[in-house]
Amino acid sequence: MIESPVLRVKDLNVFYKNNKSRFFSKNKKIQALFDVSFEMEEGEVLAIAGESGSGKSTLARAIVGINKDYTGQIWQKYENPQMVFQDPYSSLNPSKTIGWLLEEPLRVDKKKKWSRREIDDRVKEIMEEIELPLSMLGRYPAQLSGGQRQRVCIGIALMRSPGLLIADEPVSALDVTIQAQVLELLENLHKKHGISIIFISHDLRVVYKISDHVMIMKDGHVVEYGDTRSVYKAPQHPYTGQLLKAAGIC
Amino acid sequence: MNTKTLMYVVKRILLAIVTIWVVITVTFFVMHAVPGGPFIGEKAVSESVMKAMEAKYGLDKPLGVQYLTYLGDVVTKFDFGPSLKQKGRSVNDIIFDGMKTSAKLGLIAAVIALICGVILGSVAALRRNKFIDRIIMIITTAFVSMPSFIMGSLLLIAFAINLKWFPANGASKNGLVLPILTLSLYPMAYITRLTRSSMLEVLGQDYIRTAKAKGVSGVKIIFGHALKNSLIPVITYFGPMLAGIVTGSLVVEQIFAVPGIGRAFVNSITGRDYPLIMGTTIILAALIVIMNLIGDILYKVVDPRITLE
Repeated sequence: MIESPVLRVKDLNVFYKNNKSRFFSKNKKIQALFDVSFEMEEGEVLAIAGESGSGKSTLARAIVGINKDYTGQIWQKYENPQMVFQDPYSSLNPSKTIGWLLEEPLRVDKKKKWSRREIDDRVKEIMEEIELPLSMLGRYPAQLSGGQRQRVCIGIALMRSPGLLIADEPVSALDVTIQAQVLELLENLHKKHGISIIFISHDLRVVYKISDHVMIMKDGHVVEYGDTRSVYKAPQHPYTGQLLKAAGIC
Repeated sequence: MNTKTLMYVVKRILLAIVTIWVVITVTFFVMHAVPGGPFIGEKAVSESVMKAMEAKYGLDKPLGVQYLTYLGDVVTKFDFGPSLKQKGRSVNDIIFDGMKTSAKLGLIAAVIALICGVILGSVAALRRNKFIDRIIMIITTAFVSMPSFIMGSLLLIAFAINLKWFPANGASKNGLVLPILTLSLYPMAYITRLTRSSMLEVLGQDYIRTAKAKGVSGVKIIFGHALKNSLIPVITYFGPMLAGIVTGSLVVEQIFAVPGIGRAFVNSITGRDYPLIMGTTIILAALIVIMNLIGDILYKVVDPRITLE
């Protein structure tokens, strides 16, 4: 047991509805996660790694509440986990300005009525955090670079000061140099605010650099979980070994 | 609006003027090349009378001179000349009177098509593959594939002759109901289908997922994020739709005997009323060009990613 958990997942099974319509057959449910259980300590960075289709994103969506079709338990210390998605090019509504998009989480906040002044102050604060000039608030997503857009996505996620941030492959769509900058931003935010981060990635080098614990997934199952350094030194499951070898790490 | 957009608009307006000039020139010479004339009727007119009439309206002069005189009057005085058939009325008067009815007809039809189309399309998208969606798709498919003269005739038989709910004559009281309905059904069905498909596309976009992750509720996602983006194809259809309604009304006004510009246009051709042919053609061409320009500018307004060049 962990002393002060921020997230506790027990026996989680997640299902998908096959959305394609068929005339003669009923929609079948597909199971994407099988009996996933883990705990996460407050203030740590937990990496979830595995190949595409292994269930990483499904797990993230279930935690955030986008996918509600599951059995098992998800307990969270804070109510509003936020998420940063992989593709910053398509994750922002093209017809809204950066300012509008940043403000939205506050406007839909059910717990607190934000005044105009408070919203403006918070937006300014966040723009400083994500290191973007205030002049960008009036621009549209298409006028920003990929790295800048991903900063905006991170900013949106931070607006309501979440206790848990889930970053789903946040840098895989970016150039290598930009990747480093965005990762640095995430690390700084983690150090400064002690925010707990679930970092989903298939890049095991990045995982090693950023995470305290790592969870390896395959076909909807957790095959390995542990302290990142120990897992990299002595992987228990042959699949983890394969992944590490493929990444050229051991 | 930035300078680039302004430059674009100015360029388009200049192009529009050129387009209308080409329309004037081509129509003028083709019209005169067609055999027959305004004063040839069932009753033969003596040669001297014919000569006198032609001299009165300047039809005896060489075609080039007539063309330049006409162009001069249109450009400097905005004067389309007198009607050859409707004695004592100028073409400007006839067009103005006809436009009052036609504009009412067209605008009401456009508004109905837009509102009903967007609502039906959104409903179909949100109830995708359910019963209501299938019904909407079947009906709109039928409407889209039916030309306006068939639609008009069917409505005429059903509502004017059999049910006797509305009059068949467009000039009488409530007479515009059936023509408006006829004109609006095609664009309405088209807009329904456009809205449905683009709404479905937008709802599957990543930024909708982002909005959900932010905690935005279902209704707010539709109105705040999905609707504006899914209306982009509808807006681009706006120009062609209005142009289609203008040309569609030529047929529809004829079916329901609506005293609009469309009927004036058709009658002017059969009667070889040269100035009226020219006047109505220029006005209709100008309308279509302007509608398309407005459509393109609206496109830019709803989608900031578009740069007009």
